[in-house]
Amino acid sequence: MSAFFVPFKQSVQRDLLLAARHKTELITALFFFVIVVNLLPLGVGPDPELLRKIAPGILWIGALLATLLGMQRMFAPDHADGTLEQMALSPQSFTVLVAGKITAHWLVAGVPVVLMAPLLGLQFDLSARSLWVLTLSLLLGTPVLSLIGSVGAALTLGVRGGGVLLSLLILPLYIPALIFGAGAVEADLAGLSIEGHMSLLAALAVLSAFFGPWVTTFALRIALE
Amino acid sequence: MNAPLINWYKFSSPATFYPLAAKLIPWFTAATILLAAVGLWISFFVAPTDAQQGEGYRIIFVHVAASWMSMFIYCVMAFWSAMCLSFNARLSGMMASALAPTGAMFAFLSLLTGSLWGKPMWGAWWVWDARLTSQLILFFLYLGFIALQSAIDDPRRADKAGAILSLVGVINVPIIYFSVQWWNTLHQGASVSMTKSPSMAQTMLWGMLIMALAFWAYSITMALLRVRCIILEREMTNEWVKKNALE
Repeated sequence: MSAFFVPFKQSVQRDLLLAARHKTELITALFFFVIVVNLLPLGVGPDPELLRKIAPGILWIGALLATLLGMQRMFAPDHADGTLEQMALSPQSFTVLVAGKITAHWLVAGVPVVLMAPLLGLQFDLSARSLWVLTLSLLLGTPVLSLIGSVGAALTLGVRGGGVLLSLLILPLYIPALIFGAGAVEADLAGLSIEGHMSLLAALAVLSAFFGPWVTTFALRIALE
Repeated sequence: MNAPLINWYKFSSPATFYPLAAKLIPWFTAATILLAAVGLWISFFVAPTDAQQGEGYRIIFVHVAASWMSMFIYCVMAFWSAMCLSFNARLSGMMASALAPTGAMFAFLSLLTGSLWGKPMWGAWWVWDARLTSQLILFFLYLGFIALQSAIDDPRRADKAGAILSLVGVINVPIIYFSVQWWNTLHQGASVSMTKSPSMAQTMLWGMLIMALAFWAYSITMALLRVRCIILEREMTNEWVKKNALE
């Protein structure tokens, strides 16, 4: 077991330490989320009925774009200074190290968004219950975003125009998570059961947690060839 | 042990496939022209006028066949991608990238004919119907594949990266389709259902099938033409190209 947990923990710790040393990146993603969500009412008008109706979609799309923002930096700096190659060559399983990096990305980009979401939900006049549903759906959904995004980040590693390309590749694959995540909150607003949405979102999370690191490692090995 | 009738591995090399493709192209071109002529003749002159939709429904013959092809080509692309990754075969990767533009074209054609058909029938260019939406996403997936491949300079890496993307995509297509369908039924967006098609006249079905076959032959022709270009481009420095292909 320690063959899994020790390198995993160290990989997560290393990336968290790096993130802590570059606080601007952490804050930029969160600030981006806050500002995008706050700009939309300015675009569509202050009608509370309308805002409550579109809040789940806005918050989810904001979260989606915010996690996408730092996605390219998941592997790019390590690729540039050769660390990634050392990881691939190390006796530890590369997949475990990559899983650690993805987890660290979620902790840095996903968790702050999850924690900030209820506060922004208040601006859209969501009920306390809906705020819980929103937080829960984001808690289940943001790992999916990090996991699918990591595949795109690995595929576009060191490629011309990688950032824009990454969003073109990844955003269509985010659609199921967006539908079920925002759908859960909408179902709750409409007084329906959220069980189905949450179950499917959890299924997506399990599926991507199983395949994500593996496919990402495969893509990284191609990029490092 | 008996020798196999055809040695399939022989044609997995670009050098042997290049002349084979050259021999196949005229046949498939002829098949395309013949089938398209018959198909269009049936769809314009033989098939009866629809009781509800009048003459406007005739776009179905292009629309349905294009939609089928766009989905089918994505599966074929994923098949060649799997071949590319598992056997590390160069030609498989070339086939996948040769198919992508045709697939994207059919996806676009399907969307275009769909909206042209939708305007007179539903009164809207676009409705957020589950099928339309997932077709649009399929189009995006094609664009992503093409963009990724063209952004990578090293052809071997481009092939493999594209292969991973199309395999990830092909797993996601059903998930996306069902999620979009469920999203659509929850929203009650479109009031028009495309699933309840009226019982079709026999000739209409024939027209559609023949048009689908015509598009099929067209796709093969285009893929072969394109794969020949890709082979030439990548094998330019090889001896056999200088000797045989460029005389």
